[in-house]
Amino acid sequence: MRGNNWKDYQKQIADDHYYYARSCIRQNFFPGSEKAFLDIMHNDLGKEFLDDPRHSSCTGIGYHSDVVPLETTMTVVARQFALMNEAGYENFTTSCITSFGIYTEILSTWNEFPETEERTRENLYKATGREFAKPRSIAHTSDVMYHFRDEIAAKAKHRLVNVSTGEPLRVVEHIGCHYAKIFPKAGVGGSEFPYVLAGMIESWGGECIDYPERRHCCGFGFRNYLVQANRGYSIANSQKKLESMAPYKPDFIVANCPGCTMFLDKWQYAIAEMEGTTYGQNGQGIPVLTYEEMAGLVLGYDPWELGMQMHQVNVEPLLDKMGIEYDPSAKYLGRKGRYIGQPESSVVNAGCSKTVYDIRE
Amino acid sequence: MAAINFGYTISKPRAIDIDRNNLRKSDEILREMPELQACIGCGACTAVCTAGCLTDFNIRRVHTLVRRGEYKGLYEELNKCMLCGKCRLVCPRGINTRGVIMLIKRKLGDF
Amino acid sequence: MKRVIIIGGGIAGMQSALKLKHRGIEPLIIEKETELGGKLRGWYVLFPSFTPASDVLNELRNQVQKAGIATRLNSTVESFDRDHVILKGGERLDCDAVILASGFTLFDARIKEEYGYGLYDNVYTSADIERMLNEGRVTMKNGERPKRIAFLHCVGSRDEKVCQKHCSKVCCITGVKQAVELKQFFPEADVFNFYMDIRMFGPGYEEMYREAQIRHNIHFVRGRISEASPTIDGRIQIKAEDTLTGRPLHMSVDMLILLIGMRANDDNASFARSAGLERAENGFFAPRDQFLGNVESNREGIFYAGTITAPKNIGESLNDAAAVADTVAQYLGA
Repeated sequence: MRGNNWKDYQKQIADDHYYYARSCIRQNFFPGSEKAFLDIMHNDLGKEFLDDPRHSSCTGIGYHSDVVPLETTMTVVARQFALMNEAGYENFTTSCITSFGIYTEILSTWNEFPETEERTRENLYKATGREFAKPRSIAHTSDVMYHFRDEIAAKAKHRLVNVSTGEPLRVVEHIGCHYAKIFPKAGVGGSEFPYVLAGMIESWGGECIDYPERRHCCGFGFRNYLVQANRGYSIANSQKKLESMAPYKPDFIVANCPGCTMFLDKWQYAIAEMEGTTYGQNGQGIPVLTYEEMAGLVLGYDPWELGMQMHQVNVEPLLDKMGIEYDPSAKYLGRKGRYIGQPESSVVNAGCSKTVYDIRE
Repeated sequence: MAAINFGYTISKPRAIDIDRNNLRKSDEILREMPELQACIGCGACTAVCTAGCLTDFNIRRVHTLVRRGEYKGLYEELNKCMLCGKCRLVCPRGINTRGVIMLIKRKLGDF
Repeated sequence: MKRVIIIGGGIAGMQSALKLKHRGIEPLIIEKETELGGKLRGWYVLFPSFTPASDVLNELRNQVQKAGIATRLNSTVESFDRDHVILKGGERLDCDAVILASGFTLFDARIKEEYGYGLYDNVYTSADIERMLNEGRVTMKNGERPKRIAFLHCVGSRDEKVCQKHCSKVCCITGVKQAVELKQFFPEADVFNFYMDIRMFGPGYEEMYREAQIRHNIHFVRGRISEASPTIDGRIQIKAEDTLTGRPLHMSVDMLILLIGMRANDDNASFARSAGLERAENGFFAPRDQFLGNVESNREGIFYAGTITAPKNIGESLNDAAAVADTVAQYLGA
């Protein structure tokens, strides 16, 4: 990332002992990412995180789709904090960007309008008999990963470098809108030049691309993609970004939002099927990674353990560039070696069918 | 390749893209009637427009679009003008709006 | 002889000193820089007449020198009251009245991060353009001639996001003046001015604006640029709304010029505290009365001249100086 603007925006990120809140949707789209995050924190960095099965959705999707009222959202958020208190934690970290936006927004609302906090306390007590204290710190899990980027770099098995040329990989970083566009000071680097992913990329040997539509929204937009008739302008936003980044020949995209990661990946399929346009080297699409997957690859995790077979755009060309060894025949083997099925070939992946091993043959 | 129909199409951008628009006609028009540049967008012309009272014809918007190189459909749009000349009377910048309309129509005949 | 300390040796400070001297009052100018002249030193020509800034500046400096006006350069004021000024380092200077003429601060365009000033090549401020005009060489970073130039009005003024709610007044006409100058430098270039309102408040300004439109073919687009990003070929992509057509407008330009506003000095707050002076919401000092006391402060013996009270053009600042000399003379009974 150009310049040092990000240094003006620093936030407190706790060193250890987190209450971990999962995303509603990530385990479907990028099923290995949250597990990878916990594994990296526990096994590689020796940190302690509580993965609490009792916590619920933050209601973010419902809130942004106008089906859940604010009072309900506040009460649900208060319950998560109560669970955190009961488990003896003070630092809250959330895997989802919209959740991060929700928590930040609600803490700020309580701060500005204390009567809403009082009402929430009443509602929570009436509904669950619980009381809560506000967390000492709130971080998105990408903040936490960013916080430990140098420790991860020190343990790196692979770097974000093209092993055959020695050149840094060219990376597009995409930040979810709810990370810092609502409260610029809540994000590392603010909203115009966020540094949270750029910091990881630079620490791990890659190079960030600053392209004209870098700050543009991916088009996810909740009620936009939920209603089929509205998807045309949801996808058009991703297309606008892909068109804008394509001339820079990125090796991959990394995002810190569940929706952005999914859409930047899956819309490449839809655009290819609808208009025949593909992006990336040889028209093979541009691989889209979560930052946990990126960290996992750097730390030497197996790409199929990270769940990368679930990507729409095949990641093999990227793995080859990074010099990562993988077993092509294991790509579609799930737990205990069971075949999990394989997607039909699609336009966006047509260019690299030779790296896809069909187990049925 | 047969395109798959997912039940929606990819929306086309509606932004005015100055990089893509061909400003040649617009430049010609401004060279012949530089006074058109003096428009300050006050809208007096549109307020008194005989056609604009009854249709969505908006002379201020039409000539602004021409200056940005957005010509499509504007010739037909200008056919709504009744050439009454009231717009010229009210223009605080003294622009010969009637002349502007005639000039744009002449230049955009083939658009 | 009565002694008046003038804080700030810009045009308002110099003119105040000259007018006081003519009335037999002894002025002392305190200037923090190494020479007199203030912000005008960085300017090339003045709107709307294209008078070289150096004509005004040199005339004032020569007169100050000829009149033998006492000047303390490289001196920063720590605090003051109506009968004394304390310099940084502790030196105390006694006097019979103080004129505060320490002017304004140019808005730091880096704060508007979305325009990439200081990060992207070919994003300049109006002050940079004056400097380049003075150096006689306006070019893109790579030395090429720009083919498309965009000016953005109201950077750091009329913008609550950066706590500058006021209109900085002179940036509009500066934008028109610089657009004409660059068009004369680069006749083949297209020049676009993006504005929220065009505020042509001075004599000859509106006429100059009209001239820029008709004679120089400068395109005025009503809409605020929302962000600037670099393109792969080192140009700048900008986004705005063309509000008069109601559609978003995108383009890439070779040069983006930010018309930065005048904001209140940072040390106004401590001056106000030490001398018990009232300030307006925008941080500039509030005169005793907007009509009958606009060079006087709320405290006896402390007076204002120039842009210490609000953004002003050169002529207004010089008039302030004449007015303050008259008011001070009356106060001292001279």
